[in-house]
Amino acid sequence: MPLNQAKQQELERFALEIRIGILEQLKARGFGHVGGSLSVADALAVLYKTQMRVDPKNPGWPERDKLVCSKGHAGPAVYATLALLGYFPYEMLKTLNQPGTCLPSHCDRNKTPGIDMTTGSLGQGTSLACGMALGERMRGRDTRVFLIVGDGEANEGQVWEACMFAAAKQLSNLVLLLDVNGKQLDGCTKDVLDTLDLGAKIRAFGFDTVEIDGNDVCALYDALERTRQGGDKPFAVVMNTVKGKGVPDVENARSNHSMTVPADQWAVWQSALIGRLG
Amino acid sequence: MDIVYDGSMDKRTFKDVLGQTIQQLSGQDPDVVYLDADLMSCIGTCQWSAENPTRGINCGISEANMIGVACGLAATGYKPIVHTFGPFASRRVFDQVFLSAGYAGNDITVIGTDPGVCATFNGGTHMPFEDVALYRTIPTATIVDITDVPMLVSVLRQYKDMPGVKYLRVGRKNSAQVFADGTETPVGPAIPLREGADACIFASGIMVHEALQAAKLLEADGVDAAVVNVFTIKPLDAETVKRYAAKCKNVVVTENHNRIGGLYSAVCEALARENIAKIDVVAVNDEYGEVGPQDYLQQRFGLTAAHIRETVLQLVRPDAR
Repeated sequence: MPLNQAKQQELERFALEIRIGILEQLKARGFGHVGGSLSVADALAVLYKTQMRVDPKNPGWPERDKLVCSKGHAGPAVYATLALLGYFPYEMLKTLNQPGTCLPSHCDRNKTPGIDMTTGSLGQGTSLACGMALGERMRGRDTRVFLIVGDGEANEGQVWEACMFAAAKQLSNLVLLLDVNGKQLDGCTKDVLDTLDLGAKIRAFGFDTVEIDGNDVCALYDALERTRQGGDKPFAVVMNTVKGKGVPDVENARSNHSMTVPADQWAVWQSALIGRLG
Repeated sequence: MDIVYDGSMDKRTFKDVLGQTIQQLSGQDPDVVYLDADLMSCIGTCQWSAENPTRGINCGISEANMIGVACGLAATGYKPIVHTFGPFASRRVFDQVFLSAGYAGNDITVIGTDPGVCATFNGGTHMPFEDVALYRTIPTATIVDITDVPMLVSVLRQYKDMPGVKYLRVGRKNSAQVFADGTETPVGPAIPLREGADACIFASGIMVHEALQAAKLLEADGVDAAVVNVFTIKPLDAETVKRYAAKCKNVVVTENHNRIGGLYSAVCEALARENIAKIDVVAVNDEYGEVGPQDYLQQRFGLTAAHIRETVLQLVRPDAR
């Protein structure tokens, strides 16, 4: 069933809150991985609000669905989501990358409540997610493992080793969300190392694949609902997104993987988003 | 500890025992999962894995992915045992082992077969003289260089329930038996195999046999050499190393590995501030491997009892020649 209007608005609002939370973190330090955090905010909103079986009061619950954010530098987006869901106090977001923090740049399962897997060396999260999905199935649990991979990350050979493995082992409890935001650290993905047609590639690797606007909560919801249908293939949602989505200055910045800007600039961007909350 | 060493070779091969032990552990513990990267046939686990596809998982020729999958399984409560050849179990997957296993806190056992000159006819591309050096830099990793069949069985049994990154290097052919069948060799403590007053030889892996042979040769030279099996390279049993170094004053470390970064380095680090002994080494002299039968390679890289004897004599009698 498609999203009703009320639910759509709720999800859009949650995605907006995630974006505000991302800026809350980067503002405190003055720099960080802003572009790739903002591009996945909508996906995280839809995942945690409509797909994932989780309990913020019990982050270690074995029966929970798991998220592996293999593009580990999107940590601030996941942290904002987890804070809003009550995994830890919202105030903690201010500690991103501060000495002794529980919120390092890259996701760390040993430091942050609700982070299911440590990532950061690109490509590795894909194999970890495959192992988790296989383990969940061997345990006889009906849990799902959601895996977020960046398009720049798809430069890594390990991503494709893992995709082969997922299809060969029929990991239908694995959902790959590919964040195709078109940019990586040094520039546009097509200029740095052209990944060509990622949707076609993933389909050829044996995934049930849909391609959508990854900044559209309705499209995300429809695509993710389809992944519930079972079968013997892993699923891939190719999300065409905008790197820096939601903050026009960031969207338009030539280089927006990691940005260093004065605190008052972060505050201006954040205020604009807060204004949209109404 | 029951030492049965008489210099003769065990009829059993490491590869058969390794494959059988993995299957046994899997039978005893439902959480043990074995992963391989298209080298199951090399340790005799192919058929068993085909019959037990959820217990023996063939990942194909993708070692990096295999380590990640093992770590994901560990995160789900399993006790993965990963096997591939030594070079692939170390340098090829170093970042995966370091981060996905070590840093991320996923406990896995990694078995690298055919370390150093044991790679024989696979040659220099397959001959890791650096695997121990790499693993030593992983915080809190455990590293064992296997000497014989009973030690292999004992260490594998212990490894499956130990936390952290656990690396085990072992050949696939047979070796001289040192310990009686059923001997437990607890990971950690070095094992004195022979007492001596003039020099001490610290050895691991296949070099234990060479060290014991060297000690016999030295006997004829009138040199009383102790031999200590330092099979656990990390964490090093520094206390035993220091005790024997202080007692014998002359130390020779021997390993089937580059002299940089392995057991020799570990012993030197342990003794650096002690100023209690002269130290020398019988190991690979910072070279790449090459192809050939193992006896040729041991000659070629100076990994024989004769080389150990020479080195001990030079330490003990520096003015003799």
